[in-house]
Amino acid sequence: MSDHAPPNAIQPITLTINGTPYTLDVAPWTTLLDLLRLDLDLTGTKKGCDHGQCGACTVLIDDVRMNACLTLAIMKDGASITTVEGLAGRDGVLHPLQDAFIEHDAFQCGYCTPGQLCSAVGLLREGHACSAAEIREHMSGNLCRCGAYPNIVAAIEQVLAGSVEQALAGPVEQALAGPVEQGAAKARKPQRAEPHEPGRAERIELGEAVR
Amino acid sequence: MNRFSYLRPGDVRGAIQEIASDPAARVIAGGTNLVDLLKYDVERPTRLVDISRLPGLDAIEATPGGGLRIGALVSNSTLAYDDRVAEHYPLLAAAILAGASPQLRNAASTGGNLLQRTRCHYFYDTGTACNKRDPGSGCPARTGVNRIHAILGTSEHCIATHPSDLCVALAALEATVLVTGPDGDRVIPFDRFHRLPGDHPQHDTTLAHGEIVIAVELPAQEFASHYTYLKLRDRQSYAFALVSVAAALDLDGDRIRTARLALGGVAHKPWRDTAAEALLCGRPATADSFARAADVILAEARGYGHNDFKIGLARHAIVRALEQAAAGTPQSQTDKRIR
Repeated sequence: MSDHAPPNAIQPITLTINGTPYTLDVAPWTTLLDLLRLDLDLTGTKKGCDHGQCGACTVLIDDVRMNACLTLAIMKDGASITTVEGLAGRDGVLHPLQDAFIEHDAFQCGYCTPGQLCSAVGLLREGHACSAAEIREHMSGNLCRCGAYPNIVAAIEQVLAGSVEQALAGPVEQALAGPVEQGAAKARKPQRAEPHEPGRAERIELGEAVR
Repeated sequence: MNRFSYLRPGDVRGAIQEIASDPAARVIAGGTNLVDLLKYDVERPTRLVDISRLPGLDAIEATPGGGLRIGALVSNSTLAYDDRVAEHYPLLAAAILAGASPQLRNAASTGGNLLQRTRCHYFYDTGTACNKRDPGSGCPARTGVNRIHAILGTSEHCIATHPSDLCVALAALEATVLVTGPDGDRVIPFDRFHRLPGDHPQHDTTLAHGEIVIAVELPAQEFASHYTYLKLRDRQSYAFALVSVAAALDLDGDRIRTARLALGGVAHKPWRDTAAEALLCGRPATADSFARAADVILAEARGYGHNDFKIGLARHAIVRALEQAAAGTPQSQTDKRIR
C-alpha cells in the first residue's frame, strides 16, 4: 500500500477554534490533536499516549468532550473547538474551574491539566455527576501520573457546589460578547466543598471485589 | 498512519457504493477504534468513507412491536442517557456506562461499538505474528502472555476477546442488527452478528464488505426490574473486562420464568448461553440454581496459562450477577463495591 498522498487527499475545512474562525487545508490522516499543536501552535492541548487512553488531549468539540488524538480533523469540518487556551477570557480572567484547580493545588507537573480542565467543563455540561464518587467515575478518562486525583475531585466538587450556570457561561462566550469586567469571574466567593476522604471507596472495593 | 483518501458521501446508497467498489476501503463513524488501529498500522486503508453525517441514522425510535430502534450513529453516551433506555432497558444503559470513558462514549457510535475489532496485544503489535491481522502467520498468544484472553469458543488460530460491554447487554436482550449493502437489506440476530474465530479469525463479524449497520433493534421484553451488569477488571474504571456478566430474569414469585445470561471478556464474541438460560427456567432463584447455570456455561472452558483464573472468576461472577438480578439490586456503575 502506498504511503504517497492520494490525489484528492488534501481538502479545505473550516473550524472555529476558541472563537476564532479558521479555513485550513488538511490531510485526512491529520488528527485534531496534531492540527492544533503542530499547525496552529496551540500547544496547550497535550499529547500523552496518543491512543485515547490518558485523556491529556481532551478538548470540547461543539461543547462535547472528546479525545483529540482519536479525532481526524477533516471529519470535524464546520465544528467549534474549545481548547484549554479558550477557557480563560481574553482579558486573562480564569475559568472558575481553573481558579478551583489553583486553589486546590489540583496538579503537580501540570501535563494532564489542560485535558483535566476541558474534561471537567464537559462533565459540568453533561450534568450526570454530583457526588465525589460520580466525579471520580466521570473523570476516569483522564489519568494523572502525579496522583493529584483527590485535589482534582475537590476542585470540581467546589465548582459543582457553586453556580454551574455561571461556570458554563465561560469566558470564551463572554470574550466574544464584549469586554469582560476585570475580575468578574472571580467575584463569586467559592464555597468550600464538603470534607472529603480521597480514595476511601477504592480501598473498600478492592478488599471486597469477589467473595 | 498510511496515506488514504477521504470521502463523505451524502446518502447511504452513495456510501455503500464507495465502500463496495474498493476492497481496501474502510468505514469510519466515531473513529475511536479505527483511528487507533491506523496509528499502529494494523489498518492500512486506501480510502476512508465517513458515514458520520449520513441522514436518518441518529434517532432512537419506538418500534410498532413495542421495542426500540437505535440508529447506528447514535453515540454511546446519548444511548446510555436516553430516557427510554434508562427506564425500559436499564441493563443496556448500565453496560454502556461500564465501558470506556466519557470522552470515548461521546465519540463512539452504536454501529461502531458492534464493529470494533475483536483484539489482543499481539493483534496490535505488528512486530509479532497474528492470524487475525495476518492470516496464517500464527497465534503467539496461545503460548505467550495471555492473561486477558478467551476461555470459551477459542480455536487454534485465535484466542482474542471482543471487548465491548454494550454488545454483551445487546446479546442478553436478544437484539437484532439491521444492515444494508449492495445486495439489499438484512436483519441479523445478534447472536449471529459476531462470530467465533474458527479457521478464519480475520473475520470478527458476518457483515460482508460493502454492508453497513443501519440500526439495532431491541425487542419488547425489557427485563427492567431484575437485571444486572457486573464487570470485573484490573482497575475500577476505564478498563476492559476480565469477565463481565449481563444477567436478566423474569420471575414468578421466587421461580424463574425466563432467564438471559451473556458474558463479556471470555470469548471472541459476546457469549450468550441459551442452554444455561433454559436450565434456569422453572427453577427457584437460588444460589444452587445459579451454580448449575455456571457449570453449564463453563463446561467447555479452558485456560491457556495466565488466564486460567478467568474460569473461577467467571463462575463466581455468574452466580453473583444472578443473585443481584434476582434480588433486584443491580450493580452500581459508580459505587463499585460488589454486594
